[in-house]
Amino acid sequence: MKMTGSQILLECLKREGVEVVFGYPGGQILPTFDALYGYEGFKFILTRHEQGAAHAADGYARVTGKVGVCLATSGPGATNLVTGIANAYMDSIPMVAITGQVPTALIGNDAFQEADITGITRPVTKHNYLVKDIKDLARIVREAFYIASTGRPGPVLIDLPKDVQVTQAEFIWPDEIKLRSYNPKLSGHPGQIKRAAKMIMEAKKPVLYIGGGVILSGASFELLELAEKIGCPVTWTLMGIGAFPSKHKQSLGMLGMHGTAYANHSIMESDLIIALGARFDDRVTGRLDVFAPNAKVIHVDIDPSSISKNVHVDVPIVGDLKQVLIELLQEIKHSLEIDEWLKHVDALKKKYPMGHKDKGKILPQYVIQQIDEVTGGDAIICTEVGQHQMWAAQWFNYTKPRTFISSGGLGTMGFGFPASIGAKLGRPEKTVFNIAGDGSIQMNIQELGTCVANKINVKVAILNNGYLGMVRQWQELFYKRRYSYTPITSPDFVKLAESYGAVGIRVTKKEEVKPALERAIKTDNTVFIDFHVEEEENVFPMVPAGEAINNIIGGLA
Amino acid sequence: MKHTISVLVENKFGVLARVAGLFSARGYNIASLAVSETLDPCVSYMTIVVDAKDEKVLEQINKQLNKLIDVITVTDFTKKEHIDRELVLAKINYQPKDLPKLEAIFKKFVGKIVQHKADTAIVEAVGDQQQIKALLEELNKFGVKELIRTGKLAIE
Repeated sequence: MKMTGSQILLECLKREGVEVVFGYPGGQILPTFDALYGYEGFKFILTRHEQGAAHAADGYARVTGKVGVCLATSGPGATNLVTGIANAYMDSIPMVAITGQVPTALIGNDAFQEADITGITRPVTKHNYLVKDIKDLARIVREAFYIASTGRPGPVLIDLPKDVQVTQAEFIWPDEIKLRSYNPKLSGHPGQIKRAAKMIMEAKKPVLYIGGGVILSGASFELLELAEKIGCPVTWTLMGIGAFPSKHKQSLGMLGMHGTAYANHSIMESDLIIALGARFDDRVTGRLDVFAPNAKVIHVDIDPSSISKNVHVDVPIVGDLKQVLIELLQEIKHSLEIDEWLKHVDALKKKYPMGHKDKGKILPQYVIQQIDEVTGGDAIICTEVGQHQMWAAQWFNYTKPRTFISSGGLGTMGFGFPASIGAKLGRPEKTVFNIAGDGSIQMNIQELGTCVANKINVKVAILNNGYLGMVRQWQELFYKRRYSYTPITSPDFVKLAESYGAVGIRVTKKEEVKPALERAIKTDNTVFIDFHVEEEENVFPMVPAGEAINNIIGGLA
Repeated sequence: MKHTISVLVENKFGVLARVAGLFSARGYNIASLAVSETLDPCVSYMTIVVDAKDEKVLEQINKQLNKLIDVITVTDFTKKEHIDRELVLAKINYQPKDLPKLEAIFKKFVGKIVQHKADTAIVEAVGDQQQIKALLEELNKFGVKELIRTGKLAIE
């Protein structure tokens, strides 16, 4: 049967199992939107900005593990997706972004709304395509989904010129994908796994250091088994939050710049770091030349380029974490003698507890703790980027993977709100919170319209301190309190929410926090809760950028 | 230190930009680059000479190249036995009386005088790095006005 390019595209998306596409129409993608008219193969969500569509697709992908899909027109529509694509790329999130393009005959002519989007996104996509021939379309869509979701996942962009969308062709669904140059390695090298097991069994001060790769690989169960078999402390990166239950007795919480002091001290003193799906980012290692000076390193990652990039690795293992962990578990034949180490780590936990001091006004940390309490820890927490993000990472007890949705690598303000839309669509049965700052929420606040129009019931907790708080904190600590352009005004968030048809609640007293949260959760609508919190509260502990990670300031604020 | 690597890639549009972009995005400098089709027209062969300050950088280049979907194989010739060649075209100062001297040079090197006019000659030569270097020293005695090189080609 002959179909148009647009119809072929939709059919391919449906066959790939797409449940929802986020997007925004425009001139060069009109034929595809025409095909979408009345189409029932999947849900389409009209966002209020293309960036919102990209982040929503990203949020959907993070909670479901499936490929998120966004759709925009050429030129400005496409460039508006770029931040969202770069964000997904940095955090290895599977995404397919589809953009309209001017007709092939006009490409390179500086036509109206033309942008070289494959050129622009080359450094921030895992791969991208310009479809020049309708005959390639079905194959390209299949390849795009395959590439996005396998190996180290990432975003793939398909640029679809208008003439290709309207051309008719026979629809042929490619049964198999042939990519001779792309074969992700799944099982680890058996010799290396044996070496790693031996090193683990001989370690006296081992630490498990886990990253987002554990979640991407779906290896949480195997990780728990390994951790309990080894019996050693477990610390994680921002992206690794939820991979390991935070209330587990072996848990050290997050490490790095705003990690717990005991996690940082433990890893610095360790004699073996077992790094799983983490990449030794600068926010984790601090000053590299003094990082964990006595530790040998085992590093398991699906991406060979992540291994030995920042830190020398003694036993590299390239492979899919879930598989490697299953193989590694079999090789660890006896328990470890690390009682002294565990005692020491326990002493560190007692010596450097996490805490905060009441100051009269609502503490932002308290709000997060209350969200944890009111939801019983059973919620999906999305965040924007800044102080509130770190508090959300520190003060909520995550117990399951894919419940903490945050922009780790790129650090994109404005990510959380649209991501929460994607999260809610991916897990409609869950309570979804977006924890935001008054700065970040204003970056994609237009998505309130998307929420209300589509009855997407997300709760936005704004920790409103009147500042771009994280930058203000750095100015306070490192720039002599010169608050250069960090005080920021906000609209009346309650009225704003109401004007969109959502619900707004303002909270100015500590005792109002819990009732407000309870009311928000009960409300069958999008709710903005404007928490007026302590203005100059800082995120502690903190390791100044470029310092050794045991050089910690703050602690008990 | 300069390293020679070869990259076998799918011959698709944009592939050169992907490879070149990878180098620029990570701040690696390309010293020379030669690209052409292979026996299989779907596959192109790139020989890249790169300035890498240490083994670690070279290792990253290797791994990052391998990550590109269109890259089929990457070969690092640094520690591999290989043959490399480069073609140079040089425009040199020339007077008819120099002809015997110039001809004598090309008895030692693989190349020839392509053209000679009243005051300039164009010569071509093929050789490995050392041969080209030695030839250029000889040609410098005449005065080299212009020099064009293809960049290195390398094969195992």
